Amino acid sequence: MSETLAAFLYLVSGVLFILALRGLSHPTTSRQGNVFGMVGMAVAILTTLFLARPSFGGLVLIVLGIAIGGGTGAVIARRIAMTAMPQLVAAFHSLVGLAAVMVAAAALYAPEALGIGTVGAIHGEALVEMSIGVAIGAITFTGSIIAFLKLDGRMSGKPILLPQRHLINIALAVVLVLCIVGFATSESHGLFWLIILLSLALGGLLIVPIGGADMPVVVSMLNSYSGWAAAGIGFTLQNLALIITGALVGSSGAILSYIMCRGMNRSFISVILGGFGGDAGPAGQEDLGDRTVKQGSAEDAAYLMKNAAKVIIVPGYGMAVAQAQHALREMADQLKQAGVEVKYAIHPVAGRMPGHMNVLLAEANVPYDEVFELEDINSEFAQADVAFVIGANDVTNPAARDDKSSPIYGMPILNVDQAATCLFVKRSLGSGYAGIDNTLFYKPNTMMLFADAKKMVEEINKAMAD
Amino acid sequence: MEHQTVQNALDGLDRASVAIGDARASIVQLHEPVATAVHAATGVDPFVFHFAIFVLAIFVGYYVVWSVTPALHTPLMSVTNAISSVIVVGALLAVGISASGLATTFGFVGLVLASVNIFGGFLVTQRMLAMYRKKEK
Repeated sequence: MSETLAAFLYLVSGVLFILALRGLSHPTTSRQGNVFGMVGMAVAILTTLFLARPSFGGLVLIVLGIAIGGGTGAVIARRIAMTAMPQLVAAFHSLVGLAAVMVAAAALYAPEALGIGTVGAIHGEALVEMSIGVAIGAITFTGSIIAFLKLDGRMSGKPILLPQRHLINIALAVVLVLCIVGFATSESHGLFWLIILLSLALGGLLIVPIGGADMPVVVSMLNSYSGWAAAGIGFTLQNLALIITGALVGSSGAILSYIMCRGMNRSFISVILGGFGGDAGPAGQEDLGDRTVKQGSAEDAAYLMKNAAKVIIVPGYGMAVAQAQHALREMADQLKQAGVEVKYAIHPVAGRMPGHMNVLLAEANVPYDEVFELEDINSEFAQADVAFVIGANDVTNPAARDDKSSPIYGMPILNVDQAATCLFVKRSLGSGYAGIDNTLFYKPNTMMLFADAKKMVEEINKAMAD
Repeated sequence: MEHQTVQNALDGLDRASVAIGDARASIVQLHEPVATAVHAATGVDPFVFHFAIFVLAIFVGYYVVWSVTPALHTPLMSVTNAISSVIVVGALLAVGISASGLATTFGFVGLVLASVNIFGGFLVTQRMLAMYRKKEK
């Protein structure tokens, strides 16, 4: 196969990847989009094989590698629980990062194979691109591993703050840049591995101080990094598919980080600087004062909802932790049978990653056209008879809207307090991630349902069936 | 919202044009000797073409990703994960035709890692997308 034809086919593969993302603009076109993505990948791989014409031994190794990796990937994809998607995506990011490092290392030791010169005489330009790609790849690798450990609960979600961490990070970054300059002019293998070591350290140090509450931003940011790393390697190999994909993934991750930051009213810089949010809000902050809380039972909730015309359900991550989504859908089915209009309202940061709550609801067979985003449904709470909040907290706190002194002031919230009655399922009066008391609990039209989310919904279901 | 998006896009354009200017300046200094041959043929360094594609792809990505419905942001992340593993092409070349044992080893590890991601990423995306159903009427 000629180089020209190969370059053309890589372009085709890049366009197919664009179509794959384009398909995600609507659930009905999304499955077709995913097929475009797979075809694009197949085109890129086959083109490379026809272009390179590996020896028989090389071909055996390639098939073996794809079989080992592909088999592992397929098993993971089939077994993973939907609640564990954030961890899985973080783990996958780390693999992209490490793969970028490996490809760059291979390119350094066998530049002829990748068409970038010979050992000791790789083009200066290729060296710059390679070292940038490898640095971002290594940062993505360790950063994603830390994010994975935090999301998976193997490491505390509390921010770990080293003394002088900003100074350490800046010093590391400066040395890293110097190493890249040195490597680009000398092609020293020692400097190459030093760049990798420094970047690995930097990746870990950057993510360790970031708390559990900010993980949706971190996961999106690492998604972006993995894209830039791929683009860096793409420039080295002068491969169009890789350059286009790197740009797509890089901008996609950046946009998602921006959306997540906006959903929490946090600036990107303050997230990166870290130190916000822990595993759970400090317990024992239940300063009731003389404020009273209205408490209800499952029977009260069932009665209220069955006689309502419109119920809006507000699920949060707590619902997923309690595995209450299936019971919740049964509740919604019963309500619909009784002629009640049921809608779901999703806050942008309702899960542990962008769009996580939508996947969890889809898994419980909730139709996607009953699920609405914050901007589309917020005006409807005023006409709703019941807002049913389950497993969410901070995203419903009216203080974010009304109280200028609140630390979460300015964060977009779901206006559940405007519904005629707000039913709030919660285990206790503890505060949420942000560690802030929710003034909603003490409003006269709020009824607290103190119980485990799943148990409460099951009891409501029973009460409604009677 | 729309207004903000347009504003963001304009800002992005400004930054991109500055970046292109910078890149052009650096190209001139960076590697005259390497690209002399190509220069002689076309007059322009091939890096410029690749960089142009890169910049345009960022813009395509920007608009395509903003049009992704928020309900599908998780599948978006898993599919971008899968496609960024197209880095496998570098690993394939290293495993297939490099003469150095070390390079083959690195390439092989890269190949296995990228394959986990390709298969895992596309299949888990497919599994998620299959769950999105419309209301039965």
